[in-house]
Amino acid sequence: MELSVERLSVTLGRRTVLDAIDARLRPGRVTAILGPNGAGKSTLLKAAAGLVPAAAGTVRLGGAAVATMAPRARARAIGYLPQDAAVHWNVPAREVVALGRLAHRAPFAAPDAEDAGAIADAVAATEIAALLDRPVATLSGGERARVLLARVLAGTPRWLLADEPLASLDPAHQFDVLDRLREVAARGSGVAIVLHDIAHAARIADDVLLLKAGRLVAAGPVAETLTPAAVAALFGVAVRWCDGVLVPIGRSPG
Amino acid sequence: MSRGARLAILTAIVAVLFVASLACGKLWVPPAVLFSADPRWAIVRDLRLPRAVLGLALGASLGLSGAVLQGYLRNPLADPAVVGVSSAAALGAVAAILAGAGAGPWPFAAAMAAAGAAMALLTALTWRSESSVAFILAGTVLASLAGALTAFLISLAPNPYLVAEVIDWLMGALTDRGWPDLALALPCMAAGMAVLATTGRALDALTLGEGAARSIGIRLGRLQLAIVLGTGLAVGAGVAVTGVIGFVGLVVPHLLRPVFGHRPAALLLPSALGGAALVLAADSLCRLAPGAGEVRLGVAMALIGAPFFLALLLLGRWRQGWN
Repeated sequence: MELSVERLSVTLGRRTVLDAIDARLRPGRVTAILGPNGAGKSTLLKAAAGLVPAAAGTVRLGGAAVATMAPRARARAIGYLPQDAAVHWNVPAREVVALGRLAHRAPFAAPDAEDAGAIADAVAATEIAALLDRPVATLSGGERARVLLARVLAGTPRWLLADEPLASLDPAHQFDVLDRLREVAARGSGVAIVLHDIAHAARIADDVLLLKAGRLVAAGPVAETLTPAAVAALFGVAVRWCDGVLVPIGRSPG
Repeated sequence: MSRGARLAILTAIVAVLFVASLACGKLWVPPAVLFSADPRWAIVRDLRLPRAVLGLALGASLGLSGAVLQGYLRNPLADPAVVGVSSAAALGAVAAILAGAGAGPWPFAAAMAAAGAAMALLTALTWRSESSVAFILAGTVLASLAGALTAFLISLAPNPYLVAEVIDWLMGALTDRGWPDLALALPCMAAGMAVLATTGRALDALTLGEGAARSIGIRLGRLQLAIVLGTGLAVGAGVAVTGVIGFVGLVVPHLLRPVFGHRPAALLLPSALGGAALVLAADSLCRLAPGAGEVRLGVAMALIGAPFFLALLLLGRWRQGWN
């Protein structure tokens, strides 16, 4: 089910954060959203998840406007992993993961076998079985990030939108999480992630959206879109492909 | 020990304290007298039973409201007072007393009207804002305004006897509250608690923050409305018949978190039971205090609450090694 962004503008206060963005995100693929700080990447992700009102334009999921979907139906369809990894109460990791199933249950209903199965799959995919009984305050930043990813995966969404999911992870777990996201896409779901790391984006993504100052600069498959010239124009950084890996080599001249 | 077993123990504690509350006072009434022809049964039936039921409902309202507000604001220092409903209800009742309508249903009616106005104002001030920061700021403004207006009204009191009556009422007590008070307050408290009991799922989701909670399908605007309505009815009605009794909503969820865990929904029922237990115990102790009169319940709770927080502070500092 395609997630399409149509002439989307978002304003926060008087500031236009996104300006007439048009993009089509396809399921079964990983789309990386790249851009310098303040480009509007996180806002685009929130708007796609129906969490930020549009000043103009719309976001559609398979033809239905996300903004007018019933919140629970929207939550079952779109899983959103925020950049903020806060867990405000010191609950066991198990209870955090279980929150991913909330939209699948009627009010006051107890978890059923389907909930248990989805949670078990998410726990296995993120390798957090050993952490489940630990209070979140005792987890490292990386462990907590994996628990929060498991929470979103437990919701078995058709679209997974993740805002900088690698921020607090060590290199090994960064690769693990990226591999998990690729698996999600391989199973037919759509994945859109905000990333800062150009090399990771080049490695994991099928498609990229390049944003600058609230405008979409370029969109398309990685090989065609994430060119050294485009990266230089976007970030002011020189990169080159090296054995299939995009490597930043310094500030671009000028 | 399972959660069910812990809840059963807490329920048994409430039941024991309820019976003890019927038995104890300046005149000790043994349980055997209950439902007998003994004239002491009349003391229990007409004085202590409505008082105990009121204590039970008030404690449950305050404990539940405290747990809900702490969950909503994700702050263990929140209590029903932050919504401003207690102060507004007190303002209404004080206005009624000073206007010479201090008897019968008038203080209750005035308190509930003021609590209703505060709820409406709070809803208007936070309209379309789903942020808990706006909620806490608006509640603080209302509480401060109601407190200032109460002091202003007291300063205008025509005679010192009315001032004494108002101060006595403001201290909060279950003394001499009977079946008519209960008939007024209980339906509102029950309705408010029923509304608050529906918030557990949304409070759990808020553990992850407002953005994540909305992405899980929680309607934060609706949750805020339920909290304003539930707290307004439950706490407003409580204040309207007993005066201001603090600390219960603050202390009880704190005490129960180590036993029932930190998940907000898992704390709601225990906090209602714990609040009931605390108020019943404190009210019984108030009656047993030496001297002809009684210590006011509101005063007793404040006397318990302050050392409790001092102990929490010291414990926290000790755990951090006094750094």
